[in-house]
Amino acid sequence: MESLSIHDPPPAGEQPVKHQPVPPMVPQLPPQMFTTAAQLLDLTDKKLMVSLRDGKKIIGVLRSWDQFANLVLQDTIERIFVQNLYADIPRGIYIVRGENVLLLGEIDLDKDDYIPEAFQEASVDRVFTLQKKEAEDRKRKEKARSKKLRAYGFEGEHMGEAII
Amino acid sequence: MLFFSFFKTLVDHEVTVELKNDISIRGTLKSVDQFLNIKLDDISVVDEVKYPHMSSCKNVFIRGSVVRYIHLPAAAVDTALLEDATRREAAQASARAKQS
Repeated sequence: MESLSIHDPPPAGEQPVKHQPVPPMVPQLPPQMFTTAAQLLDLTDKKLMVSLRDGKKIIGVLRSWDQFANLVLQDTIERIFVQNLYADIPRGIYIVRGENVLLLGEIDLDKDDYIPEAFQEASVDRVFTLQKKEAEDRKRKEKARSKKLRAYGFEGEHMGEAII
Repeated sequence: MLFFSFFKTLVDHEVTVELKNDISIRGTLKSVDQFLNIKLDDISVVDEVKYPHMSSCKNVFIRGSVVRYIHLPAAAVDTALLEDATRREAAQASARAKQS
């Protein structure tokens, strides 16, 4: 039996991984190919707003994706809106499992970072506390509602899960 | 696959998509795929004040699994054709079931 250690040279024919320049991605599929891939292809390398099932709003550049809408987003910020305030939190790279995606919106560069006047930027801590409070209130309300509904034999559409 | 084909005939029409989280988005249907994921162009959000994060978006990709309703322009739907297609598909399905 061959005993190898980490210091052995790699076997002939197999080259160590070199950093190769990535060829520029060119959209190749015609739009009439009605596939998820074709739809996401022209969103690649664009700045997007991604709305997730747990209510998070992520803004970043779409770098990679697959047919399930699993996504890789670069240079992301998370934007939290609460009452009439908002805050941005830098988050870095995001990999999102497709099932958690609600929608992707391409950000119109003419309206980039436009936030309705009614909203003012606030500190992350403040927005975070307010958001937590709001979520708790909603949860309580939702719980009471579904309890009443269950008494009549109804089951809610998304039990206990807030999708905003 | 019937509804996939059906939605393909509605491309370039104005539709309103209502999501399971109650957002309604109106826009031009640009494309649809086999999961009924939808792409809308020139969108406007009904009740925009409630959903401020959408204000800087012009086109959206909506995952099919989160759609509750799609409101269609009545004039663009040929119900007779749709009924025929449904019967044809049902007939094909039962023929296949008999074969196997």
